[in-house]
Amino acid sequence: MFAFTVKRILQAVMVMLIISFIGFAIKHNFGDPVRDLVGERVTPAERAAMRDKLGLNDPFMVQYVRFLGNAMHGDLGQSYFFKKPAAHVIVKKAPATLELVFCAALLIIVLSVPLGIYAAIKPKSWFSRCIMGTSIIGVSMPVFLTAILLIYIFSVELHWLPSFGRGETVRILGWWDTGLLTLDGLKHLIMPSIALSSIMLPLFIRLIRSEMMEVLETEYVKYAWAKGVKPSRVWLIHAFKNTLLPVITVGGVQLGIMVAFTILTETVFQWQGMGSMFIESVERSDTSLMVAYLVFVGIIFVLVNTLVDIIYGLVNPTVRVAGRK
Amino acid sequence: MKLSTFKSAGKFSLLLLTIVVSAMLLVGCAGEEKKDDAGEKAETATPTQITLKLAMDADPVSLDPQVQLSGGMLQLSHMVYDSLVRYDQDMNFVPRLATKWERIDDRTMRFHLREGVKFHSGNDFTAEDVVFSLNRLKRSEDFKGLFEPFTGAEIVDAHTVDLITKDPYGLVLNMATYIFPLDKKFYTGTDEKGKPKDMILKTDYSFANVNESGTGPFTVTSREQGVKLVLTRFADYWDKTGNIDKIVFTPIKNDATRVAALLSGDVDFIMPVPPQDLERIQSTDGLQLVTMSGSRLISYQLNGERNPALADPKVRLAMAYAYDNHGVVDKIMKGFATAAGQMSPRGYVGHVEELAPRFDLDKAKALMAESGFPNGFEATMIAPNNRYVNDEKISEAFVSMMSKIGIKISLKTMPKAQYWDQYDAQVADIQMLGWHADTEDSGNFYEFLSMCRNAETGYGQYNSGNYCNARVDELTIAAQTETDTDKRAAMCKEVEKIQYDEAGYIPLHWQNLSWASKDNMNTSEVVNVMNFPYFGDLIVK
Repeated sequence: MFAFTVKRILQAVMVMLIISFIGFAIKHNFGDPVRDLVGERVTPAERAAMRDKLGLNDPFMVQYVRFLGNAMHGDLGQSYFFKKPAAHVIVKKAPATLELVFCAALLIIVLSVPLGIYAAIKPKSWFSRCIMGTSIIGVSMPVFLTAILLIYIFSVELHWLPSFGRGETVRILGWWDTGLLTLDGLKHLIMPSIALSSIMLPLFIRLIRSEMMEVLETEYVKYAWAKGVKPSRVWLIHAFKNTLLPVITVGGVQLGIMVAFTILTETVFQWQGMGSMFIESVERSDTSLMVAYLVFVGIIFVLVNTLVDIIYGLVNPTVRVAGRK
Repeated sequence: MKLSTFKSAGKFSLLLLTIVVSAMLLVGCAGEEKKDDAGEKAETATPTQITLKLAMDADPVSLDPQVQLSGGMLQLSHMVYDSLVRYDQDMNFVPRLATKWERIDDRTMRFHLREGVKFHSGNDFTAEDVVFSLNRLKRSEDFKGLFEPFTGAEIVDAHTVDLITKDPYGLVLNMATYIFPLDKKFYTGTDEKGKPKDMILKTDYSFANVNESGTGPFTVTSREQGVKLVLTRFADYWDKTGNIDKIVFTPIKNDATRVAALLSGDVDFIMPVPPQDLERIQSTDGLQLVTMSGSRLISYQLNGERNPALADPKVRLAMAYAYDNHGVVDKIMKGFATAAGQMSPRGYVGHVEELAPRFDLDKAKALMAESGFPNGFEATMIAPNNRYVNDEKISEAFVSMMSKIGIKISLKTMPKAQYWDQYDAQVADIQMLGWHADTEDSGNFYEFLSMCRNAETGYGQYNSGNYCNARVDELTIAAQTETDTDKRAAMCKEVEKIQYDEAGYIPLHWQNLSWASKDNMNTSEVVNVMNFPYFGDLIVK
């Protein structure tokens, strides 16, 4: 087990190195951040002097090694636009994104489980057909379109919900600004959460349905029926529990896709999280912040995946055997 | 074994979920109560507060008005600081912190300063602050170019100051619109980090980047960069025109979101309005739309050094005749631009009314036949795709128009982050450029876009077409030191005429400006061609 863990951590470090290298290569070929920092009038000579001062004229490997060295000390560079350390900016923006992802995930869990189970148990009922039909629309509609439609219906036409931003936030733990504790903040969360969950929710309903239908065909479920066990018990305890494992596995993988969709959702709703920060840093050629974001998201992914793998190794003996090889 | 592990895990997660949900319910209730309290307090304490909720597409990068020369920064400067003079809607100079001015000699302009003006810090505004601010501008990377003609400022008495230029200079007042006096006492000394308070820094913390003391109509109450900026009316402000007590400014980048925010009533004022939504806003009750012809010229530069065909005057003229300015303005810009035949927009000294766009395909074909390239030729072209309104679509239209006179253009478009490096390197024969004269004067166009390129003097820095005409250079230089307005205008007009006759470049149009707001405010009176709305003067009925 120890060897497996060490191996897994080493892999994680390798992955991080690769991510940082790719991110840095993009930065190097991306464009000149100085252009966005100065007015049109500033002469090429002065721009060159600024680039020199910012260390942008050094050879690629020199810059990369310097970046790695600083990153070891937790310094991911300086955001030109925010005039602050990039890591500081990202940490400040993280709560907004995490709360949005949390709410969307909650929405997905709360809705996909009962709907998926229902569609599996009663595949032929009109309601099931409705669920499946709607889910196709959900999967095929781009997130930003869903978001804009929501804004037009609920903000512009009905005036029920605010159209942009996070609303009122409250500071907890000294640095975490949360919108979950105010009515205004919660109102602002509704539409972005729905938009963000719009792709994943139908996917999970369909996944739960198909897995569940498969399980319902197995011998032990048939045996339970034969034994005369109550239907609710068969469905929930016997069948659904065994549906869950693959669903959780897929859910872990989908978490990454969710982060990608936060970028679109945040941009449309002017949601001040890491996603919109990233897009804006690209537009402004705030290349340091861009790389820092890529590395930061990379770290989250690698951490989550490594943790999941290690836990799997603990729980599932076959994985452990594979790891020992 | 396996089942039991799973069972206990299930129980554990169920327990966790219960805790999380009940915690959320608890804090949810607590949050609601708190919110109600806050609401009541706000209602009873200040019933007559007028708040303007404002959304723009960009936000100021700093609180230091001298750190960057950009639209967003100047918009902020007009709220928090106040200039010596400023433009009215007809581009006349009107007094602000300077009540009157007079020319003492060729090189000296005397400004009489308003008395009794206070800074946000409580300090009095005097001539010393003007001297301090001008000296600081001359140190700023972005502004030192603009203020290069000035030797400095001299104090006459506490409320009189002379601005002195190295040579006679006709644009002293234009430059005075950029002098937003800073509070000398406030910005002198060192901050708690031991750094000088008057330091100008673009990419890191500086005292001036996060603190302000201006004389403007609003003080900064809170600022979260890129998220929200809250401004409060400065009680001691000398000009009592407007009645806004508070501005809550939110940058909203996405066009559709910005419009939706106005339509839903979440904000009161937006700028700019995307062209596709102009009609919708105009037809909505309770909203007003204000548009104005702007002064940013979009043009194509033809590089005759790279491609010999483009050096042929007949070919250049043929291209000018083949481009349908009005067609593009109507169809692609949806009428939201003004077709251009020259650089100077109406209102600028160099503007010549007769130099209109000249679309005539037959004439263009005839010119091509007469030229040294009767069978046409091939050329390369680059343009940005996210810098100017519809930049990519316009360029595609240009390519198809040129194909009608036998010019085959291969077009490459790219985001602005990559564009400028390519532009500087002159990688293509035809390159797109949008230019706004930050002096609001024709001379600026010629210095940067028309004069022969000269790396030493910096003239022609954005002349990627390498257009060069000795007479244009001569006139432009002479105009710099000409203080007689009529004589200057005649020189600038001659430059426009020369460029028009030689088709030195292809002018497309000037981009329009747009603002939309609720209809209970005097929006049309506070906006202007420079796109610096004077929010201090805004009146909400």
